[in-house]
Amino acid sequence: MQTFFQTLTTGLSDGAIFGSLALALVLIYKATEVINFAQGEMAMFTTYIAWALMGHGSTFHWWAFFATLGIAFGGGALLQQTVIRPLERASVLTAVMATIALLVILNGLAAWIWSPQLQFFPSPFPTSSWVVGGVHISKQDVGTFGVVMACVLVLWLFFRFTKLGLAMRAGALNPDAARLMGVRTSWLLALGWGFAAALGAVSGMMVAPTVFLTPNMMQAILIYAFAAAVLGGLESPVGAVVGGLGLGVLLNMLGQYVHPVTSELRLPVALGLLLVVLLIRPAGLFGRVVVRRV
Amino acid sequence: MRRLGNPIAFAVLLVAVVAAPFLVSNYRTYQLAFVGLYLVALLGLNILTGFTGQISIGHGAFMGIGAYTTTILVVDHGVRDLWTIPVGGVVAGLVGIAFGIPATRFAGPYLALATFAIPLAFIGLLKRFPHFTGGNVGKNLPQLRPEFGWSTSPSIWFYVVCWVVALVMLPLAFFVVRGRFGRAMRSVRDSEIAATANGISTAAVKTAAFGISAFYCGVAGSLYAIGITYVNPDTFPIDLSILLLVGIVLGGAGSLWGMLFGALFVEFIRISWGPALLNLFSRVHHIDTHAPGSGLVVYGVVLLLVLYAAPSGAAGLVRGVTRRPAFLRRKDDPSLSDPGLV
Repeated sequence: MQTFFQTLTTGLSDGAIFGSLALALVLIYKATEVINFAQGEMAMFTTYIAWALMGHGSTFHWWAFFATLGIAFGGGALLQQTVIRPLERASVLTAVMATIALLVILNGLAAWIWSPQLQFFPSPFPTSSWVVGGVHISKQDVGTFGVVMACVLVLWLFFRFTKLGLAMRAGALNPDAARLMGVRTSWLLALGWGFAAALGAVSGMMVAPTVFLTPNMMQAILIYAFAAAVLGGLESPVGAVVGGLGLGVLLNMLGQYVHPVTSELRLPVALGLLLVVLLIRPAGLFGRVVVRRV
Repeated sequence: MRRLGNPIAFAVLLVAVVAAPFLVSNYRTYQLAFVGLYLVALLGLNILTGFTGQISIGHGAFMGIGAYTTTILVVDHGVRDLWTIPVGGVVAGLVGIAFGIPATRFAGPYLALATFAIPLAFIGLLKRFPHFTGGNVGKNLPQLRPEFGWSTSPSIWFYVVCWVVALVMLPLAFFVVRGRFGRAMRSVRDSEIAATANGISTAAVKTAAFGISAFYCGVAGSLYAIGITYVNPDTFPIDLSILLLVGIVLGGAGSLWGMLFGALFVEFIRISWGPALLNLFSRVHHIDTHAPGSGLVVYGVVLLLVLYAAPSGAAGLVRGVTRRPAFLRRKDDPSLSDPGLV
């Protein structure tokens, strides 16, 4: 039972990271119908910026954490305005291709600037753990979970209770109608990219202490985020977070209790799950079933 | 009825392919052999991306499946290497169909999302079953020996094998994209709703296109393994899948002849063109051109520039140069509607 609860907490903390990146994907997808393949690399790149701000990773500073969020927000909005916006009139395929180009460029730039070697990234939380009824709960896991959930909550409050948030939801739901109502949709898209980049930066900085900082560190995590987003229903922000948590717990449970599933099989399992969801419940757990008129 | 490509262009290509080994060094011939196998891979991926409008960021892994099929058959079962080339293609094609059935049932980004996971999942599986795949170390293949009692250098023979395969697969690709099935693919690309309304099963068309493209990549992968004489999990990284996609866009999505240029790009960007381009910049501004990651930056930037400046790739540029100048053209000239990356 102790092992079970320990696996559960680790799973929830992993899942929070998948969920936050999945939420970032859903944010952009809902607004533009474009899957941002550079989402993971944007997170990785901003984590490198945080690492540089923290004196090449010697100690964790909260000011650097928040400065990185600001830089990520600005950078995301800038990328949308400079790279993606000129392709607004082009097809979705072209826009997706542009995000793939961004993925390649950011990955290459990170290796170029900071070398592709493994770097140590400090954690804001102590490595010790609490013992509750014989279960060791790592403070790092709880901290990661808390930070990610706080970000998700702030984002939800923003979308639910501010005028700007309402405008963004309107822009995502029906861009043309929103524009006619005086909403400047193009700037809102930049804002959406900014939020997604900042959210990615949070997941990057939270995951880097355990997986270490390399230019490729987010590739696998992006795939888990894809699987989480599809599991949750690709259009549902709540679904993305729940899907992420569920996937994190599932992967850790499988690794713990099903012996043939070694760490090498985590990704194939995630891919398999993605395909199974598409076969059985394509709208995901929380998605609407889209009815197309033909 | 549409022909299987332009016969004059075929003749020119055939002459060029036959003449090339006599004109360039052995090492260049070996490189040109790789151009042939990349051509096969790009033709396949283009059937999926350029003609059916579905992005795949994982076709490098289908090359990997072909390569491992060849290696395991040759090393562990003693099959003659040339015979394994179609087998590699068929195995990759079947995996592609099995993968495509769930992933292509829905419009939207699901297929691209799922394909992104293939290269990393493939590497994970290779490492998980080392007694079958050789694990991290991989496996070594024997050098390809010339057949028919012909005594020539291995690189020339490899060139011959690659281009014979490529020159079979090129007309085959023309055959696939013409006629009823070709029209079905293009209609899925242009409007899934209109395609469905006309009685086309979009899922079946996408799955078939996915399987065909996986088959092409599997064949290319078999050739690749034979050419480099080893395979290991690092041979088919996610970068390769992305590079194939860059090759498609650069050559011109939806143009089969454009893939020749794409294949030249894929082979030479890594070793010659990329560094040369960087050297050009380094004269202006001092940068380290051998730094890790610099190559990636180059082809990412090239991809972006092509998307902005020439969305229909090299093929579109050639079409632009060869068609009648604008002032001689009527407004409703069909050659004006350049599909590019639709």
